[in-house]
Amino acid sequence: MATKKFLYINRKPPHGSIYALESLEVVLIGAAFEQAVTLAFIDDGVYQLLQNQDSSAIGTKNFAPTYRALGDYDVNRIYVERESLELRGLVKEDLMPLTWEDEDDDWAEKDSIHVVGSAELAEIIEQQDVILNF
Amino acid sequence: MSIELDGKSYETDEEGYLVNLSDWNDQLATAMAKADGATLDENHWEVINFLRDYYEEYQIAPAVRVLTKAVGKKLGKDKGTSKYLYELFPYGPAKQACKYAGLPKPTGCV
Amino acid sequence: MSVLHIVNKSPYDRNSLETCLRLAAAGSAILLIEDGVYAARKPSSAADTLQQALDNHPLYALQADLQARGLATDSLIDGIQLVDYDGFVKLTTEYDKTQSWL
Repeated sequence: MATKKFLYINRKPPHGSIYALESLEVVLIGAAFEQAVTLAFIDDGVYQLLQNQDSSAIGTKNFAPTYRALGDYDVNRIYVERESLELRGLVKEDLMPLTWEDEDDDWAEKDSIHVVGSAELAEIIEQQDVILNF
Repeated sequence: MSIELDGKSYETDEEGYLVNLSDWNDQLATAMAKADGATLDENHWEVINFLRDYYEEYQIAPAVRVLTKAVGKKLGKDKGTSKYLYELFPYGPAKQACKYAGLPKPTGCV
Repeated sequence: MSVLHIVNKSPYDRNSLETCLRLAAAGSAILLIEDGVYAARKPSSAADTLQQALDNHPLYALQADLQARGLATDSLIDGIQLVDYDGFVKLTTEYDKTQSWL
C-alpha cells in the first residue's frame, strides 16, 4: 500500500460535540496503517490541546490524555495555528506538551507541536494528498 | 455475556472483553485465560501489567505495533518483538492480552 | 491544480469562510454552497471581503443554492462564477483535492 499524506483538520472544541474524539480515534486507526499523518488544530480546535482537562464530572470519556499517546503512533507533525491561539489569548505553554521519541536519535524526546502562522499552514494544506475535516 | 467467578458475575461484551474496567482483578484475568486454555506465567503478567499502566496513563489500549515498540523499550529489546508477544498470546498480543488486562479492544485492531 | 475550498456555512453564523480565506493559498479556488452562498450577496461585509479574495482565488457559487435562497445573480459580487451540479462535480475533478470548511 503506497503511503499517502493525510491531514486531519480539527476546528471544534473538545467537549461540546463528538467531533474531537471521533477525529482522534480515526487518527489512531489511520496511524496504525502506517500512513503519513499530520494534524492541524485551527479555530476552537486549539482548545482540544489545552492542559488540565478533566471530563469526569460531565460523564464523558476523558480522552485528553490520549493525545499524549500520539507520539507512540508516530504522529509527530502537529500544527497549531498561531492566529487561532492569539485570538483566544493562548500561548503554546497553555497546551499539553506532546512529544515523540526519535528511535534514530537514541530515543531523544522531541516536541511534536509546532505553532505556525496561517501562511505556513496554507502551504502545509497544499502539500497533502487527503484532507479530512473534523 | 458475562464471566462467573466465585459466585459473582462480571459483565462482558460479545467478544469477552470486560464492560467495566473497575471489575478487573488478577483472579479474573486467570479465569479468562483458563477459559482460553492458557496459563499465565510471569512473562504474561509483565505484559498485562504493562498494558494496564499504559491504559491508566493514556486512556487507550495500544495498537500492536505500538505495544511491541513500547514493550521493547520498557522490558528489554528481546521482548520487543512480535514473535515473543505472539508466543505469549497466540490469539494476537494486543487483542488477547488486552482482554486479560480488562481493557477494551485496542483502537485500530481489526 | 491545487485545492478546491468548499464553504457551506453562512459567514454571519460561523467563521468557516473567514478561516478558509486565512488558510487558502494563492491560486486555490473557493466554492460557496448551501448557506455559504449568503456571503456573495452585496452590499455586505462578507461580500467586501470576498471581493478582495478574488484577486488571489477563483470564486464559485452553486446556482441551485442561490436560487433556493432568493439570491438573484445581479445581487452578487462581480467576478463570481456560478456553477450547476455538473459544474460542481467538474470542479472537484479539476482540483487535486477538496477541503470542506465544515
